[in-house]
Amino acid sequence: MEPLQILERVKNRFGDRVLETVDKKPDPFSVVDPRAIVEIGRFMNEDPELAMDCLSNQSGVDYKDRIEVVYHLFSYKHRHTAVLKVKLPRENPVIETVENIWKSANWMEREIFDLLGVNFEGHSDMRRILMPEDWIGHPLRKDFVEPAEYHGISTVRESPIIRLDTKKK
Amino acid sequence: MSTLHTEEMTLNMGPQHPSTHGVLRFVVRADGEVMREAIPDVGYLHRSIEKIAEKVGYHGFMPYTDRVDYVCAMFTNQGWGMACEKLAGIEVPRRGEYCRVIAAEFNRIASHLLSVGAMAMDIGAVTPFTHAIREREMINDLIEELCGARLTFNYMRIGGVAWDLPPGWREKALAYLDHFDPILEEYNALISWNKIYVERLASVGVITPADAINYNLVGPNLRACGIKWDIRKDIPYSAYPDFEFEVPIGAGDWGKLGDSMDRYVVRIREMAQSAIILRQALAKIPSGPVLAKVARNFKPPAGECQIRIESGRGDMGWYLVSDGTGYPWRVHVRTGSFAAMGIIQKLSAGLMIADLVTLIASLDVIAPEIDR
Amino acid sequence: MQTLIQNLIASGAFGKNASPDLVAAIVIFVMSAVVFLGVAFPFAGIVSWAERRVWARIQSRVGPNRVGPQGFLQWLADGVKNVCKEDIIPDEADSPLFKLAPYLVMLAFTLPWAVMPFSSSLILADMNVGILYMTSVTALTVVGVLMAGWASNDKWSLIGGIRSAAQIVSYEIPAGLSIFPVVMMTGTLSMQNIIRGQGWAPQHWFLFANPFTFVAANILYISALAEGNRTPFDLPEAESELVAGFATEYSGWRYLCFFMAEWGNLFIIGAIITTLFLGGWQFPHVTNNVVAMNVLQLISFNVKVLFLVFVSMWIRATLPRVRIDQLMTVCWKYFVPIAFVNMIGTAVWVAIWPDGNAAMGYVMFAGGIALAVVFIQRVIYYLKRSRMEVYFNPTI
Repeated sequence: MEPLQILERVKNRFGDRVLETVDKKPDPFSVVDPRAIVEIGRFMNEDPELAMDCLSNQSGVDYKDRIEVVYHLFSYKHRHTAVLKVKLPRENPVIETVENIWKSANWMEREIFDLLGVNFEGHSDMRRILMPEDWIGHPLRKDFVEPAEYHGISTVRESPIIRLDTKKK
Repeated sequence: MSTLHTEEMTLNMGPQHPSTHGVLRFVVRADGEVMREAIPDVGYLHRSIEKIAEKVGYHGFMPYTDRVDYVCAMFTNQGWGMACEKLAGIEVPRRGEYCRVIAAEFNRIASHLLSVGAMAMDIGAVTPFTHAIREREMINDLIEELCGARLTFNYMRIGGVAWDLPPGWREKALAYLDHFDPILEEYNALISWNKIYVERLASVGVITPADAINYNLVGPNLRACGIKWDIRKDIPYSAYPDFEFEVPIGAGDWGKLGDSMDRYVVRIREMAQSAIILRQALAKIPSGPVLAKVARNFKPPAGECQIRIESGRGDMGWYLVSDGTGYPWRVHVRTGSFAAMGIIQKLSAGLMIADLVTLIASLDVIAPEIDR
Repeated sequence: MQTLIQNLIASGAFGKNASPDLVAAIVIFVMSAVVFLGVAFPFAGIVSWAERRVWARIQSRVGPNRVGPQGFLQWLADGVKNVCKEDIIPDEADSPLFKLAPYLVMLAFTLPWAVMPFSSSLILADMNVGILYMTSVTALTVVGVLMAGWASNDKWSLIGGIRSAAQIVSYEIPAGLSIFPVVMMTGTLSMQNIIRGQGWAPQHWFLFANPFTFVAANILYISALAEGNRTPFDLPEAESELVAGFATEYSGWRYLCFFMAEWGNLFIIGAIITTLFLGGWQFPHVTNNVVAMNVLQLISFNVKVLFLVFVSMWIRATLPRVRIDQLMTVCWKYFVPIAFVNMIGTAVWVAIWPDGNAAMGYVMFAGGIALAVVFIQRVIYYLKRSRMEVYFNPTI
């Protein structure tokens, strides 16, 4: 099935919980209601026509006004792909986990939590994966400012060029 | 007699250990030799490469992609190139595609050699590692002639490859392939069917096909479970439609289907298949330019795309979001090792500590790929 | 050795009023020092160099070739380096046990040299329980290794120590049982008498005396490898898992003690097999000159033992490591029953042919030659098939 056909089928089933379907080249995608993601995911996993048994990629993207979580789904049975997106507010991005449908989401959601701060409800092991446990902040956000030091290691390096420019002693 | 009081030990298989798979840490809860659980702890090699992409621009990111997986640098280069080309609608010239395939398949052989050699060394046999590295040295010499580097190649560009094949390189490559095929047989005779080796690998870390798909395992790990899926055949890209080759899958001949022995044998057979592809590519390579005309300040249209290529470790997914400027908005790499680490915690229950090393080696985990 | 000393005293070499006991004591003391300091310890060092060269040639590399001619002084350099290192003892480690453990392992390595039959009169002490003494004293390593593993205050060392103790104690049984066939055939435990029970020609060796001793020799060799913590049984020092197993926390010369003991054990393993199965120092009687005969016998013994040492290194470079449960399975489920069968078979054999069966010796020897020929043919076949360039020159 073509990606657009798949998204059509999902829209037929879920009506207005599929907020919009964007037919953009090269990959069309559907934006869905965050509260419906688990239902939609389960439908796409279990429906025999779609049989999306693999969550191939789950990434978070930080736009200036929102955070999006993008799900790239794939079916080994039918060899077709589809892309779902959810838009979350930047202040407190919360969404339910799809770990119970696709186990690969376990680590990918941990990474999105670690780097972008999206909270996944119901996740079995929500802790940082790439950054150290006591790191403050979410590095991949566009407004992330690096702390000046971490456990006594300074993250600021004086550049000699700057020193030559300034006139201070 | 009253029951014996036993305690569970918590061991730390620390970030420094004499395994060549990179900086990984496992917290192992073990009851003597048998493990209850091995919890992986990654992030020691996190270099925020995805965030760096947002700062250095499209062309500037190409050397960084080498470092995402330094053992399979050609594939990461190709993935980034293909993502940008798909978004901007650039077509790579035929000769450029063939050069990409040749470089990539040589890299695949080198990566698999390192993987099987390191696996043999982890099991305890020291000789196969040196033999594998010896063969890999010759590939490194060939690629050094091609692009100047032996590990992090930076050979491909957006729109093709950087340099054409040097004169005389084709003959050297074909001579190497003639030398390589019987060496693979010798390697097999040395270690692959050795009884001790088979006993160590068979039925260790069995992954069912359903689990493999659910956990998004890719590449040789997935094919070892019997699933015939190879992006080069099923979603063909680049010049792969022109070549005839087979996709080896595991059959559970030595133990259960999907055990470590299957993963090992699939890699050995893939090396032979790569040699077949290389012969065809070197014979059929057309003439022409190798690099399409791409602007210096490359600005693809705003949008997003996803690319999947078959890297040494499996299906590597590149997700690129562009906002129309000269700098990418978001780059996300989903690598095969990341998913493989996710399944280790589940598989480790009931294995012995010696088997954990075997499991990690058979899943061909490379630390920079996990952490980026 | 005793007769030699008595002859020397009687011939007045030490003066007229020499007290026999004092002279005997001093001579034994000096000879022991010569054997330990001149043979045992240098051998342990040299075999480290030899192992690295043999490994390297098997792995298509060169090995140490810078320090001295062909890198021969590498072991001296390594020894000096290890001795000059800082002596680190972990804070929480059990200091007295931690320091004592290497000594015990060295003891287990040093004591068997007292009964090493170098030639017909060059043996420090020809005890009449020679072979039993040798096997029981090598088992002292268990105590040392366990002590090292526990006292290091390190969970990984503990695992390595326990694995090693289990392995050595388990493989004592097939090893001991495999000695019995030879003891039954000669009726004595003394090293020299066992050797005198064999002839210089291969068909008179106990290896080819009957099929049961052939199998017993193989089982003894493999069990001795397991006792010496050599690959394929080097789980206690499994490098990729445990860094160095029970010796992880040791550095400097304490670490050297453990590994000199392991390398020196290679000679002891070879010596046991040579004495029991390969005819020891036996050499055809070509001259009546006692000194010359002794020298020839010494060379014969050393050639056989060094060949077995080479085979141990060869095996270590080629084979992977077995897992601990597979190791125990092999020992208890396969080796112990086979060793029992050997023992009973040899008992029946000795009952039927008390003076040995020379014909069987020739048959088995011919079989052994056939095996060797097949092996060499396979090697040549693989060399030809891989079309690799093979450099036979070891001094490359």
